[in-house]
Amino acid sequence: MLPSPVLHTMAALLTIAIFSFLYRDNPVYKFAEHIFVGIAAGYIVAIEFQNVFLPNLWRPLLAGDYKLVIPFLLGVLMFSRFTVRFNWLSRWAIGLMVGTFSGLAIIGFAQGDLVAQIQANMLPLKAGSLIDTFTNWVIVVGVLATLVYFFFSKEHKGALGATAKLGIWFLMVSFGASYGFTVMARISLLVGRLLFLLVDWPASLGIELIR
Amino acid sequence: MEGFDRRYVFLVILLVVLIPLIIPLGLPIRVSKEVLGAYDAIDRVPEGSTVYFACDYDPATLPEVHPMSYATLNHLFSRDIKVIGACLWPGGPPLLEEVLTRVGEEKFGKKYGVDFVNLGYKEGREVVMVSLGKSIPGTFPADFYGTPVSELPIMDGVRNFSDVAMIVNISAGYPGTKEWVQQVQSRFHVTIAAGCTAVSAPEYYPYYQSGQLVGLLGGLAGAAEYEKLVGVAGTATRGMDAQSLGHLAIIVFIIVGNVLYFRSVKAGGKRR
Amino acid sequence: MRREVPLIITAIFGSFMVIEYFVPHPSVTGFGEMLQQWAIIVVAFAYVLGVANIVRINGEKISKRSKDWPYAFPLLAGLGFMLTVGVVFGVGNGTLFSDFYLYAYAPMSGTMFSLLAFFIASAAFRAFRIRTLEAGLLAVAAVIVMLGRVPVGTEIWDKLPVISDWIMNAPQMAAKRAILIGAALGAISTGLKVILGIERNYLGGD
Repeated sequence: MLPSPVLHTMAALLTIAIFSFLYRDNPVYKFAEHIFVGIAAGYIVAIEFQNVFLPNLWRPLLAGDYKLVIPFLLGVLMFSRFTVRFNWLSRWAIGLMVGTFSGLAIIGFAQGDLVAQIQANMLPLKAGSLIDTFTNWVIVVGVLATLVYFFFSKEHKGALGATAKLGIWFLMVSFGASYGFTVMARISLLVGRLLFLLVDWPASLGIELIR
Repeated sequence: MEGFDRRYVFLVILLVVLIPLIIPLGLPIRVSKEVLGAYDAIDRVPEGSTVYFACDYDPATLPEVHPMSYATLNHLFSRDIKVIGACLWPGGPPLLEEVLTRVGEEKFGKKYGVDFVNLGYKEGREVVMVSLGKSIPGTFPADFYGTPVSELPIMDGVRNFSDVAMIVNISAGYPGTKEWVQQVQSRFHVTIAAGCTAVSAPEYYPYYQSGQLVGLLGGLAGAAEYEKLVGVAGTATRGMDAQSLGHLAIIVFIIVGNVLYFRSVKAGGKRR
Repeated sequence: MRREVPLIITAIFGSFMVIEYFVPHPSVTGFGEMLQQWAIIVVAFAYVLGVANIVRINGEKISKRSKDWPYAFPLLAGLGFMLTVGVVFGVGNGTLFSDFYLYAYAPMSGTMFSLLAFFIASAAFRAFRIRTLEAGLLAVAAVIVMLGRVPVGTEIWDKLPVISDWIMNAPQMAAKRAILIGAALGAISTGLKVILGIERNYLGGD
C-alpha cells in the first residue's frame, strides 16, 4: 500500500485536473479523462475475473461441474462479433441474455409494479381527517388523469381532453419535484469533492484547514 | 443573454457551496417520515439477526450515497446485527469494504467473517437478485477475497432471503431499489428499506406509499436526517449548509434569468 | 441457424424465467436456478467484450494517428495497469488495485459528475423560462421542493417542509405512479413479444 499523503495528493491533483474543464477544455483535463477511462475499463475486467469468472465459472468447472462449459462457450462466442464471417454466432449469447431479462421483467413489472401499484391506489375517499381525505382524492384523481394523458387511442377533446390537461398539470408538478431533487443531487456531489479538497487531503498532510 | 460568459455562474456556485463549508451556519436538520420509516424498521430488527446490505453504487455518486451507508451501518452495528454486504455494481465492492471496515471493525470492533462479510460483486443484475432468493451461497460461492463462504461463520445457516431479517439497499440507479422491489420484495416478501440518489428518489415514492419500501432516504438530505437519528454527524450533516445555499443560488438564477429574459422581450427582443 | 437458434434460446430462457415463478416445484426451480447461474456468467463476458472493444478502438486510433491519438496511450496504460495488478495481485483491501481505485478512479469519477452542479446552475440561469402555466407549475413545485428538503427552508418558513412533503407524497407520487403503471404495461408486452419471437430487433440485420 502506498503512503496516505501520496495517495491523497494524487487524488487531489486528479480532482483539480477534472475541475480544470470548467475554465475550458485543455490537455490536462483530456489526459486525466483518458486515464480515468483506462483505469475504469481495467478495473471492470479485473473485478469480473476475481468476483465472477473464478468463483462462478472456473473453480466449479475444475471441481467437475461440466455443465458450465455451455455458458463458457456462449460467452466466448460473443467475441465472434469481431469477425465478419462468424459474428452471427454472438447472437446465441445475446439471445440468452435478452430472453432471461425479458422473462424476469415480465414477472417484476407485473407483480412488483402493475398489481402492487394499482392495489395501493385503492384508497378510501373518505378518510379519518379532512386533509387525509383531500390527499387521497388528489392521489386517485392524479393517477387516473395522468393515465388518461398517456391514452393516445382517442383524440384529446371534450371531457377526455380536460382530464388529459389535468394529467399534464400533475406531470408538471412531478417533473418540478424531480428537477428539485436533481439539483440537490448535483450540489451534493460538488459538496463531496470540495470536502475532500478542504478536509481529507490537508488532513493526510497533517494540516487542518477547517474544523 | 448572448455573449454571456457562463463561467461567472460557475464561480458563484463554487463560492456559494465553498463558503458554508469553511464557515458553517449550523442550520437545524428536520427528519422526514420516509427516513424515520427506515430508522424504525432497522430498530425493530432483533439483536443478533442478519441483515442483507445491498450496496449498489459506484464512485460517481459516492458523496451523495456513501454517507447513507455510514449512517445505516452505524445503526446496524450499534444494535449487534450481523451484516452480509454485496454489490451488483462493479464499482461497489471496494467502497463497501471501506465502510464495513471503518464502521464495523474500527468503530464497533466487529470481526470480519463473524459479524460482517463483503461478498463482493456479481454480474447479472435482476438475475442475481432472483438467484439470491433461492441460494445466497450458490450465487456468491466466495467472498470479495475469494474465501469460500462455507468457511465463514456468519454464513452458517444462511440459505436465502428467508434467513435474513431485512434488506437495506443503498443504490444509485440501475440495478437498484426499483429492481429490488420488483424482483425480491414482490417475490420473496422481504422487508426493504432503501437509500438512493436524489435523482431517483421521486420515482420511488409510490413504492414507499404502497408499503413495498418501509423507508426511503433520498439524497444527501436523507443521509443527513439519518445521521441525526443515529447521533453521528458525518459528511452529510456537514454538507447541509452548503446544500441549502446551493439551492438558494439556483432559485435566484432561475428568477434573475427570467426577469432578464422578460425585460429583453418587453424591449423588443427575440422570444427564444 | 443464424436466426432460429438465438430465437429458440431466447424463448427457452425467457419462458423458464416466467414458468418458474408460477410452478415452484423443485425440478422447475432447480432448472431455472441453473439457467440463472449460466446467465450470470454470460453477462460477465459482455463486459469483457466491451473493454476489448475499447482496446481495439484505441489501438486503431494510434495506428491511424487519428485526432487526439496520443491520449490513447494513457488510456491503454491505465487499463493495462489495473487489469494486471487486479488479476495478478488480487482486488482486496490494501492492494495496489484498491489504492488506485480509491485514489484515482473514485475521485475522478466523483469529480466528473460534480461538474454537473455547475452546468445545472448555468442551465437554470440561461434556459429555465417560465412562459406557460405548465412551466409555472413546474417552477413552483421545484422551488418548494428545493427549499423544503434542506434546513434553510425551515428557517424561511416552517411550513415549507410540510408543503414539500405533501407535494412529494401526493401529486408528485400520483404522476409517478401513473408512469410506473404505464411503463409496466409496456415492459410486459415487450417482454412477451421478445419471448414469442415477435420482436426480433435485438438480433440485428440479416
